[in-house]
Amino acid sequence: MLKINNLNANIENKAILKSFSLSINAGEVHAIMGPNGSGKSTLSNILSGKKGYEVSGEILFENKNLFDLETEERAHKGIFLAFQYPLEIPGVNTNIFLKTSLNAIRKARGEKELDAIEFLKLVKEKAKELKFDEEKLNRQLNVGFSGGEKKKNEILQMSMLAPKLSILDETDSGLDIDALKIVADGVNTLRNKDNSFLIITHYQRLLDYIKPDFVHVLMNGKIIKSGGPELAIELEKKGYESFN
Amino acid sequence: MDTREKDIEKLKDYKYGFTTDIENIKAPKGLNEDVIKFISNIKKEPQWMLDFRLKAYKRLKLLKEPNWQKPKYPKIDYQDLYYYSAPKSMKDKPKSLDELDPKLLETYKKLGIPLQEQARLNGIAVDAVFDSVSVATTFKGELTKHGIIFCSMSEAIQKHPDLVKKYLGTVIPVTDHFFATLNSAVFTDGSFVYIPEGVKCPMELSTYFRINASQTGQFERTLIIADKGSYVSYLEGCTAPMRDENQLHAANVELIALDDAEIKYSTVQNWYPGDENGKGGIYNFVTKRGLCKGKNSKISWTQVETGSAITWKYPSCILKGDNSIGEFYSIAITNNHQKADTGTKMIHLGKNTKSKIISKGISAGFSDMTYRGLVDINSKAKNSSNYTQCDSLLMGNKCGAHTVPYIKNKNFDSNIAHEATTSKISEAQLHYCQQRGLNPEEAVGLIVNGFCKEVLQQLPMEFAVEAQKLVGISLEGSVG
Repeated sequence: MLKINNLNANIENKAILKSFSLSINAGEVHAIMGPNGSGKSTLSNILSGKKGYEVSGEILFENKNLFDLETEERAHKGIFLAFQYPLEIPGVNTNIFLKTSLNAIRKARGEKELDAIEFLKLVKEKAKELKFDEEKLNRQLNVGFSGGEKKKNEILQMSMLAPKLSILDETDSGLDIDALKIVADGVNTLRNKDNSFLIITHYQRLLDYIKPDFVHVLMNGKIIKSGGPELAIELEKKGYESFN
Repeated sequence: MDTREKDIEKLKDYKYGFTTDIENIKAPKGLNEDVIKFISNIKKEPQWMLDFRLKAYKRLKLLKEPNWQKPKYPKIDYQDLYYYSAPKSMKDKPKSLDELDPKLLETYKKLGIPLQEQARLNGIAVDAVFDSVSVATTFKGELTKHGIIFCSMSEAIQKHPDLVKKYLGTVIPVTDHFFATLNSAVFTDGSFVYIPEGVKCPMELSTYFRINASQTGQFERTLIIADKGSYVSYLEGCTAPMRDENQLHAANVELIALDDAEIKYSTVQNWYPGDENGKGGIYNFVTKRGLCKGKNSKISWTQVETGSAITWKYPSCILKGDNSIGEFYSIAITNNHQKADTGTKMIHLGKNTKSKIISKGISAGFSDMTYRGLVDINSKAKNSSNYTQCDSLLMGNKCGAHTVPYIKNKNFDSNIAHEATTSKISEAQLHYCQQRGLNPEEAVGLIVNGFCKEVLQQLPMEFAVEAQKLVGISLEGSVG
């Protein structure tokens, strides 16, 4: 599904990712763990299409070169990023935002757009699954939401859009244990043989609830070690320094 | 260019920029007593109306154009303008739409304002003003049943002289300022509304202004009177063809609300803004003033200003009646080289009077926007209050936004609150929306509509959707 070959990324002449390579097949869950400044967020930014990086190398998503696609076109193809810091958009009702987003993607895929009734039925169902307070759907997008509510809102959007590849950028940071379980439930519900996940995190904690197929350790812009779920436990015990 | 870019290009075109090829009757070029007499004569006006005009003209000769506003413009040669232009076919006053020039019907159809019976907008009565004359008013019969008068100003002068005489010039006197006085001398047509005592007008009333002829100023005059306990919601829309020259639009709008009456006046202004290099476009120098004459009366202005090369106007409320309420909701958008200096004046004279100002300014491209507002609470206006919220949104780094509030409070029982913010659409917000599948234009449209929501909510339903689209279209091409 996703193939990253020798990706180099610089920002203001500073190398952040160096010959980074990673392959994710359909149905797999990969976790990338790494200390602050290792290049984790740069990776998710570049995958989502954020501008401002000098890049070389290759990223293929379903055999298409991602660098040829605008951010929204990547979203239409099924790439979703759960933001580390979800944005506030004053005056825009959360429901309206969700509906606009869902229908923009459906339209781009040549699918029928949902009318208000179909949409509300779907969003209520998903909100219930994720224990997302329905009242918040009528509030301005992320305005006045707590950190945990914002993250849950990202997972709600993810489950509404049912992407092929979901990238979770430190979605677990700042979450209490209940919210963490809800986020994990969201991922586990969506998880099937066709959908893949890339979970970026500092801690092993989230991986107690989402069993990854692969764990990669990212240091200084490179994957220095890959393994199974046991690698996350080893990391938690020994710390990142022992891998350096 | 890919298809999306092409779509955007198409949207950027001002779709109302066409010209109707029609034979006109014009007054001789220039401004003098003879031209004023020509206008009065062709409209078969009574002597008192001509006297009103001549008095204004006499006064005008003593006045200078104001120049304290922020957007400057090249000197206007008032002798090089036509002050009256009307389709020739209107000379013999068509009695019904069947007699109306098909070219005029076609023009309004193209503008999305069908005048024919079967195609009329649901629940909205329209007065269509083309250059200097009103060409048609719809739903007249229905309104007459309720005793409501909705007709062109010219017709009102003929048929309802007592009402016109009693109220015309009482809110904007002929001695006002340069442009208002110019209008009093040469105004050509516009709408007249009278809502009798206790009547709630059963439909939206609307005037659609269209400038067509070149080198012609449009000077319309609107007078709305809401008698005791009545209610009316009124909407004006405006467009003009694309031309290289700047055209002057100097209208006067007077509103009068008697005891317990309410007037809601909404404007969606989309005059031709000039091209992307700032060539051409309308100078929109309009005087709008409402008088809350009676106790418990209310006047509410809502404006969505997206067009014109220069917008220079301050729809105002004089709160004379005790417990009267004035409101001003505004969205002003400037793009490319457009300029706007707009806001409101709330003059509190009566006791317990309240006013509210919500202003949203959006500037993009090389444009410049000023909010200028006056809140004046008189010493007799005990227990009065004003709340002002003034938000500016900047797009890009070549535009400007300025806020100039004037606040006068002459008594201790009243209070005034002013809040102001300036913000930018952040790259991060755009990226977030794009990641959710919206293209940059859709993303900007969504964010800007969120920013304007409080004002859009004030518009009558039928127009809120149009206005929302217009807000998006006005900002096309301003991202990236």
